[in-house]
Amino acid sequence: MCDNNISFEYKNNCMTAYVGGDIDHHRARGLREAMDERLYSDRPVLFVIDMSCVSFMDSSGLGLILGRFTLCRELGIEFKLSEPSAEVQKILDLAGTHRLICIEKTKTDKKS
Amino acid sequence: MKRNKTNEVKIVFDSKSENESLARYICAAFCASFNPTVEALADIKCTVSEAVTNCVVHAYKETAGKIYLTLKSYDDATVTVTVRDRGCGIEDISRAREPLFTTDAAGERSGMGFPIMESLSERFKVVSKIGAGTCVTMQFNLNKSAQL
Repeated sequence: MCDNNISFEYKNNCMTAYVGGDIDHHRARGLREAMDERLYSDRPVLFVIDMSCVSFMDSSGLGLILGRFTLCRELGIEFKLSEPSAEVQKILDLAGTHRLICIEKTKTDKKS
Repeated sequence: MKRNKTNEVKIVFDSKSENESLARYICAAFCASFNPTVEALADIKCTVSEAVTNCVVHAYKETAGKIYLTLKSYDDATVTVTVRDRGCGIEDISRAREPLFTTDAAGERSGMGFPIMESLSERFKVVSKIGAGTCVTMQFNLNKSAQL
C-alpha cells in the first residue's frame, strides 16, 4: 500500500483514499483529479484521506486537502484525514487545518 | 564571532515541477553530514519545496526558465539556502507574505508558501524586483536542532 501512488477503498458508504509518497505541487494535480473523479462518481457518505504513507507534504498538499474539504462540503460528503506523520501534522497545524477538518490519529497516539 | 564557510554547492535547473523534489532531496543530502534530526530535515525540505514551487508557479508561470539554488554550510553548523529566479518578480512582498494570501486561488494554492518558509527557517529574507526576479534566502541552525 505504501507506494508513490493512490488507491481507493469503498466500503459501507465510506471512501478511503490511500496516498503514498510525497505530496507536492508536481503530484497534487494528479491526486486531485483521481480523488475528484471518485468523489463525483461514487458519492460516498464519508471521504477519508489516509495519510499514513505520506512521506512529505508542503503547502501544495494543504491546497489539495483544503480543496477536497471544500468539494466534499459542496457535495454533502463528510471529510476526514487520518494518520498524518508528525512532519505532515506540523504543516497542517501551521495552516490551522484542525479548526476546519477532523484529523484522526490512532496509530501515532499510541505510546510504545 | 565570525563563522567560516565549510562547503558550497550551486545548481541551476529548469523551472519544471518535477524538479521540486530534486531540489529538496539535494538539500537533504547536502545537510546530511551535520546529522540533522528528522524534524530539522523535514523543515528544510519543506521550505526548499515552497521556494522552488513559487518559481515554477508564480515567477515563471509554468513557462520555461532557470532556477538557481545555492547551498552553503558554515563551521557553526548553520546552512543557508538561496533560491533565485529571473521571473516576473513580486509586486507586493508584504502581501505575498500574509498567511492565506494567493494570486492563484483557482489553482488550489493554499497561500501558505511564504508563511511556511518564515516559520520553519531561522532567518528568512526575500528580495524581489518586478521583471527581474526574486531571491529567497533562508538560514537553518542544524547544531541547535540536533541538541533538542
